[in-house]
Amino acid sequence: MSRFSVVNWLLVLGVVLLAAVPLLVIGSDTEFAGADGMAVERIDESDYQPWFAPLFEPAPETASGLFALQAAIGGGVLGYFFGVARTRRRNAPPAVPPPADPPA
Amino acid sequence: MHIAEGYLPPLHAVAWTVVAAPFVVHGARAVVRQVQEEPETRLLLGAAGAFTFVLSALKLPSVTGSSSHPTGTGLGAILFRPPVMALLGTIVLTFQALLLAHGGITTLGANAFSMAVVGPWVAYGVYTLARRLGGGLSVAVFLAAALADLSTYCTTAVQLALAHPDATTGVPGALVEFGAIFAVTQIPLAVSEGLLTVLVVRLLTRVSPAELARLGIRPARQEA
Repeated sequence: MSRFSVVNWLLVLGVVLLAAVPLLVIGSDTEFAGADGMAVERIDESDYQPWFAPLFEPAPETASGLFALQAAIGGGVLGYFFGVARTRRRNAPPAVPPPADPPA
Repeated sequence: MHIAEGYLPPLHAVAWTVVAAPFVVHGARAVVRQVQEEPETRLLLGAAGAFTFVLSALKLPSVTGSSSHPTGTGLGAILFRPPVMALLGTIVLTFQALLLAHGGITTLGANAFSMAVVGPWVAYGVYTLARRLGGGLSVAVFLAAALADLSTYCTTAVQLALAHPDATTGVPGALVEFGAIFAVTQIPLAVSEGLLTVLVVRLLTRVSPAELARLGIRPARQEA
């Protein structure tokens, strides 16, 4: 594997570890509640009354599906971009030499 | 960083909307200009928007025992300058406010200011400074993306502290509380976002070096 690929996989590994370590270290008895929701709870402790409610609020199951849809659309567009860019580069006449690995 | 619907008093909601609106309008013009003047970068522009779309949907656990999500605005700000991200970030926030009840219409101005204005400008400033100081592309991109992420959440904490000062300790006390909720949770996530953005930029230097060069992003340390 080239140095380029090794560094890329290490970056992926770093992101996975940063997400996995809290789950493993802190343990399963933590809820990992969303920070946005914690802010709402903190405000609810005062006598503040929200003056506007969401126009449309999906059920929790639907919401998780919509979040997945959001990620899927974004991932799809990103994948399409890299596919097109890679193909273009492959089909292009080799006018410029491929660049060396960028400094890490 | 999504302030929930109705959780900013009307005066604050209006004020943040007034502050954010010019950036978003200017951003819309910047997107149109970018597409007209450099149509070959259209696809890359879409990819930068898609990156924000994905990252802001991913809620990740943090060492504080709570979850939050990255913002993904650093990449587009580095590639296309911050105004473009003012529009793209606001589109993402609008999608989430209308379809997911995540954030809200009354808080869209405040949320757009933190995620689509402050984050991108911090990213651009940090990137430019790091490159001027002789930093490599990866180092500059990492710092820019991570600090954009973190500054967005710090902005949210300030916005909430101003709107909901603590009964006894006032705005500073509230800032400490909201800062603990948002900023501390966000530190590992900001590192994640930095790493992911470096990964994407590295891949971009491979698949579309010509577009990057046109946008002024150069892998080598010398200034263009």
